[in-house]
Amino acid sequence: MRAWTRRLLVPIMVTGLLATAACGSDEQPTGNEKITLNVALFGDFGFKPLYEEYSKAHPNITVKERISDYAAHHQSLISHLATGSGAADIEAVEIGYLSSFTATPNRFHNLLDLGAGSLESQWLPWKWQQGLSTDKKTLIGLGTDVGGMAMCYRTDLFKAAGLPTDRDVVSKLWPTWDEYVATGKKYKAAAPKSYFMEASGNMFRAMVEQAPTGVYDDADKLIVDSNASVRKAWDLTVDAIASGQSAKLAAWTPEWSAAFGKGTFATIVCPAWMTAYIETNAKDAAGKWDIAAVPGGAGSMGGSHLALPKQGKNAQAAYDLIKWLTAPEQQKKIFKATGNFPSAPSLYTDPDLTGFSKPFFNNAPLGKIFTASAQAVQPQHQGPKQGDVFNTIGAGLGRIEQNKQSPDDAWKQVLSDVAKLG
Amino acid sequence: MRTWLYKADTSLSPYVYISPFFILFAVFGLFPLGYTAWVSLHDWSLLADEHSFVGLGNYSALLADPYFWNALRNTLSILALSTIPQLILALILAHLVNRPLRAKTLWRLGLLLPNVTSVVAVVVIFSQLFGRDFGLINWLLESFGLGRIDWQAGVASSHVAIAAMITWRWTGYNALIFLAAMQAVPKELYESATLDGATAGQQLRKITIPSIRPTVIFVVIVSTIYGLQVFAEPQLFAGGGPNGIIGGPDRQFQTLTLYMYEHGFNRGFEFGYASATAWVMFGLIVLAAAVNYLITRRIRSSR
Repeated sequence: MRAWTRRLLVPIMVTGLLATAACGSDEQPTGNEKITLNVALFGDFGFKPLYEEYSKAHPNITVKERISDYAAHHQSLISHLATGSGAADIEAVEIGYLSSFTATPNRFHNLLDLGAGSLESQWLPWKWQQGLSTDKKTLIGLGTDVGGMAMCYRTDLFKAAGLPTDRDVVSKLWPTWDEYVATGKKYKAAAPKSYFMEASGNMFRAMVEQAPTGVYDDADKLIVDSNASVRKAWDLTVDAIASGQSAKLAAWTPEWSAAFGKGTFATIVCPAWMTAYIETNAKDAAGKWDIAAVPGGAGSMGGSHLALPKQGKNAQAAYDLIKWLTAPEQQKKIFKATGNFPSAPSLYTDPDLTGFSKPFFNNAPLGKIFTASAQAVQPQHQGPKQGDVFNTIGAGLGRIEQNKQSPDDAWKQVLSDVAKLG
Repeated sequence: MRTWLYKADTSLSPYVYISPFFILFAVFGLFPLGYTAWVSLHDWSLLADEHSFVGLGNYSALLADPYFWNALRNTLSILALSTIPQLILALILAHLVNRPLRAKTLWRLGLLLPNVTSVVAVVVIFSQLFGRDFGLINWLLESFGLGRIDWQAGVASSHVAIAAMITWRWTGYNALIFLAAMQAVPKELYESATLDGATAGQQLRKITIPSIRPTVIFVVIVSTIYGLQVFAEPQLFAGGGPNGIIGGPDRQFQTLTLYMYEHGFNRGFEFGYASATAWVMFGLIVLAAAVNYLITRRIRSSR
């Protein structure tokens, strides 16, 4: 029996999803009928208290939330979209996957048809653009948070290495990434056993995200091999690796999580949503982490949208809910609870938001720092395989970190791997 | 009329009684298998509505991809590293619990415990044990004056770590299967061997193993089939980042299923290509089963 089930496991894994094709019902809700809306998220978006509030105002709506991790969430979303059933009414989509859906938007409800057109001014223009299909005729998602960047650093490690600890002075250490790497060299000279950054991939990614064009040009053509800013970011990152600054930690491993608390590394590129991870991973290190400005000015890393798969039968009710969840007022509540930074510019002048600080980060003014960062973001075009391209380049940097390849060979392999993504 | 019904009952009923298996097999076994074959002949992106027919294009691209061969090499290496110690350990364990012991059932149940633990829990614990900076194993190595190992970074070290997880989960289960076979071996053989002064080790080698050879082969083939499909262990070992897709930056521990997953659920969701990978894996597994069949037949005829 065991041999039997195992032999079938692989084909079933791949096609079992396809075999159990559409068997949804065709009920059309009318008026104030009871409606249950399913919401599928990766990680905690901080929505839970909001559902209750919403249900109070809309007694016929019940919201059910299911949360899985980043990769599992997006994979089940993709398979549910392909099979035509099983997706939740409301699905969160992270920016790394969003561009592959906007390239083929036909499996989502067009939010413009549901009345979203008049809401455009609520969002940062580029956040709105990200949810639009390539032909700009279909809007598949309303923006939740943006990953405005900062640089989180350990004050105790900075002090031990003879570097300043005050966040304004620290910010002045690295107006550019070259100066950031130079600071890392100083740090390494003073504390040879410690590391300056957790891994090199984030630094590379931040630099590319800040450039006017990234790995794709506006016509969705891959330009990794010809874009000078990509090459410059690569060379600078290689320099940082060569001077031993990277702790070479793979993100989301137990070692990575533990390192936040143990103080293995001194700095990490810190999109707003990262602050929540630092807080949970380094519970005992309260007051040791602080937040300074990110080198290179600003930029966004990560951030999500809420989308409505076409297979959902309660499009209007689901739309009403996401419209409410992504409204500025709710985004502000979420920021205060989780650290996910709002994509609604009307909040950026709200003293309640700009004055927000957290004791865990030495009372660093999170609101002020991330507002400045989000406001300065220069929108960059994201292509259909954005996430895969960054993973491919990240693997190249990983091979250098692990001494598997020379930087030149790693770059050659990156270019040929990226070309295959085509 | 009644005789006709009676006749129909006697001739058709047996088929009706056994039909649930065949219906379920057709729905969950044959259909997906056939459909996967059909998908594998297309340029089939999961999210596109049009799927163009490419014949065997996916297969030729697959066989020309060095990363596929790398994944196959990794899979075979992890398979060897996990199956061989697993079988030796299982044999020894089964031999031990087959001897007169106090609280026999307790020991035997204990063997099954690692197997009923969820694979996710096992991998999470082992990933911490094999951690580079704070792992218990590196701490032990260091306290014996040996250097730390970056388990995930190396080809051999990552394979050893993954093989350890598989061995941990399946050794006890295989030991129980061996035990069942060992209990069918006539006790008199052991009694006379003991009278002749044979040690426990000699009895294991000279009596037990030859008597349970068909079971050994069964266990080998089942472990091989599992080993060729190993997925959760390398995927979770890498920690949920992009390394969980390609098995480390240098693809040092990307197995065949991870390779299939890389193409099916990333890179534009190339399901046609992933299906071709699934079929090649299916072929490999059938090949492994065929080899097993030939060996078993030879053993039977040599008796």
